[in-house]
Amino acid sequence: MDIDLILRVYPHFLKAAVLTIELSVLTAILGLICGSLGAAARLSRLKAIRFIGAAYVSLFRGTPALIQLFLLYFGGPQIGIQLDAFQAGVIGLGLNIGAYMTETIRGAIISVHKGQTEAARTLGMSRWQATRYVILPQAFRLMVRPLGVNINALIKGTALVAAISVVELTYTAQRYIGSTYKPFEMFILAGVLYMIIIYATGRGISWLDKKVRIQ
Amino acid sequence: MTHHRPFVDIRHAQKCFGELEVLKDISLQVEQQQIVAIIGPSGSGKSTLLRAINDLDPLTSGEVWLDGVQVNKLLPHAQYEKHINQVRQQIGMVFQHFNLFPHLTVRENITLAPKLLKGVSDDEANALAEQQLEHVGLIDRIDYHPSQLSGGQKQRVAIARALAMKPKLMLFDEATSALDPELVEEVNQVMKMLAEEAMTMIIVTHEMGFAESVCDRVLFMDGGVVVEEGAPEVVFHNPTQDRTKNFLRKHLEGAK
Amino acid sequence: MGLDFSVVPGFFDVIMQGVFWTIAITVAAAVLSFFGGIFFAVIALYAPRVISWPMKGFEWLFMGTPLLLQLFLIYFGLIQIGIDLPAFVAGSLGLGLHFAVYNSELIQTSILAVDKGQMEAARTLGLSRGQSLRYIVIPQAVRDVIPPIGNNMIALLKDSALVSVIGVTELTLSAQLAIGRTYRPFEFYAVAAVCYYIINLGMEAVLRRLERRVQASR
Repeated sequence: MDIDLILRVYPHFLKAAVLTIELSVLTAILGLICGSLGAAARLSRLKAIRFIGAAYVSLFRGTPALIQLFLLYFGGPQIGIQLDAFQAGVIGLGLNIGAYMTETIRGAIISVHKGQTEAARTLGMSRWQATRYVILPQAFRLMVRPLGVNINALIKGTALVAAISVVELTYTAQRYIGSTYKPFEMFILAGVLYMIIIYATGRGISWLDKKVRIQ
Repeated sequence: MTHHRPFVDIRHAQKCFGELEVLKDISLQVEQQQIVAIIGPSGSGKSTLLRAINDLDPLTSGEVWLDGVQVNKLLPHAQYEKHINQVRQQIGMVFQHFNLFPHLTVRENITLAPKLLKGVSDDEANALAEQQLEHVGLIDRIDYHPSQLSGGQKQRVAIARALAMKPKLMLFDEATSALDPELVEEVNQVMKMLAEEAMTMIIVTHEMGFAESVCDRVLFMDGGVVVEEGAPEVVFHNPTQDRTKNFLRKHLEGAK
Repeated sequence: MGLDFSVVPGFFDVIMQGVFWTIAITVAAAVLSFFGGIFFAVIALYAPRVISWPMKGFEWLFMGTPLLLQLFLIYFGLIQIGIDLPAFVAGSLGLGLHFAVYNSELIQTSILAVDKGQMEAARTLGLSRGQSLRYIVIPQAVRDVIPPIGNNMIALLKDSALVSVIGVTELTLSAQLAIGRTYRPFEFYAVAAVCYYIINLGMEAVLRRLERRVQASR
């Protein structure tokens, strides 16, 4: 193992890691928004809206994220969508993970017992009130952990934007592998940084999970 | 060998789980074709003793011999494994919870070990399975999966599976305890049949009536020791020890 | 620039070849990940620590880093130590190992959940530990995790697009080749997406059928 090399190049990797974190945070936020909307659509009373939700989930989960990203970044200009690589990365990955989060959020909501809605409606609450004050607070507790799994996948998924030349961790590792011919060292360097990010996120999720459970 | 040596010979068996001593210097001899019942309250060590015979629960100290061969010999690991697998092929064991292999059919449950360990051909193994199932009265269930059988049928298949290895000794660890009362009799019938065929058997049981009717000898265990031992009519009807009397009285009350 | 799908039919053969290689690498990697998963699980659970601990470290590394990064490591790492594998083999290896680690996690949990009495009964009949695992414990453990392993295999199909970056001419790279000639990225990526979607549907149907068969044999 070439320690000198690692010490020489690691500042570039740190800078790339910051970009990976930015990408992850923005993608997660967009993913949660899409996931919430998607879940709401899939649970709608209107058949047409349910269909749109289902089509979103099916299309984005049924095709590779890489293809979605390429379609947006390279194909976008043909239909009037001009994005830089970073923007395309956030939007492409956010829409993709949003489809997975839709299923997570929907799963949590429908696993809150049906009796809860009935009980709330019996008390005279409207459908919206029952959802807002009875179902969602319970569902939220159930979805923290599985959403954590989605976010873990998302962080690793940000590596895909290396393929559209965003200078994040994987792209940086690839570039230095090309110039130094030291694949193992570069892998370890990038790998350690990924694992730190993932570990820290995991701790955060566990903390949140515990916090919402105690209430 | 001119000197007589008992068929099953357990000498000074001691078993500890950490601080807890569950078997305290137990010795037991069983002759060929004998049928011995072990009774006693739960936690008395009776199952542990039975499971020490095929070394499923190895003893802390003491020796177990079967037919002139020491079962729990001290050997290097690899050699020991080979030795114990050999010995276990000669000892059939039937468990409280049947432990049939759910992913295999009844036929495969029975033929697996003979094919794998004795190199029996497919045809011979099939004949063997049919013969053993005929024996326990379940030939019509040969291609069922265990999940399709009642508890009593499962236990009869488990017995057939053990018999297919042509064991010299059969161990029964509360074979009927997990069964619904109406299913106990069919399993008892099979065990009685084995008794009539002069199989050597050691039976851990809660069923005093059955023990009395088929066994030559009864051991009453409590707290890791053999409290009383003798012919069934003596142990069940004229026990000399107070602990035996108490146990039997409580058991009779419980049975009502 | 607008869309013009009329250029697509001219590349029908290129796309179909891509479909073929996507299916081929998915199947190869899936088979590798299945048996690799069993192998890793058995090692993690039963091997002596000198073997199982490095194994766990390897699993940890593979679960905590992106597949794309792992593909780069395998592809360039092998070249560095003088092994020049065809891209297809390196790609199958990378995808297969990656998913073997995920399958191993599932199988380990499942092995531990198989009733202890099963191992006891097998050992009582005289089977060795290895035979008991091979014939009794592992078949039951694997049967119980077919649905989640199936989900991993579906994820594998979609992640197979990544091997395009190390030069496997599967569907994604085939689309890129067509784009290089026509400068029509939207059309060809859309066609590739449709192909993936159809393969995905087919694979789901096969897996559901397999699950039903396994369910029925209980």
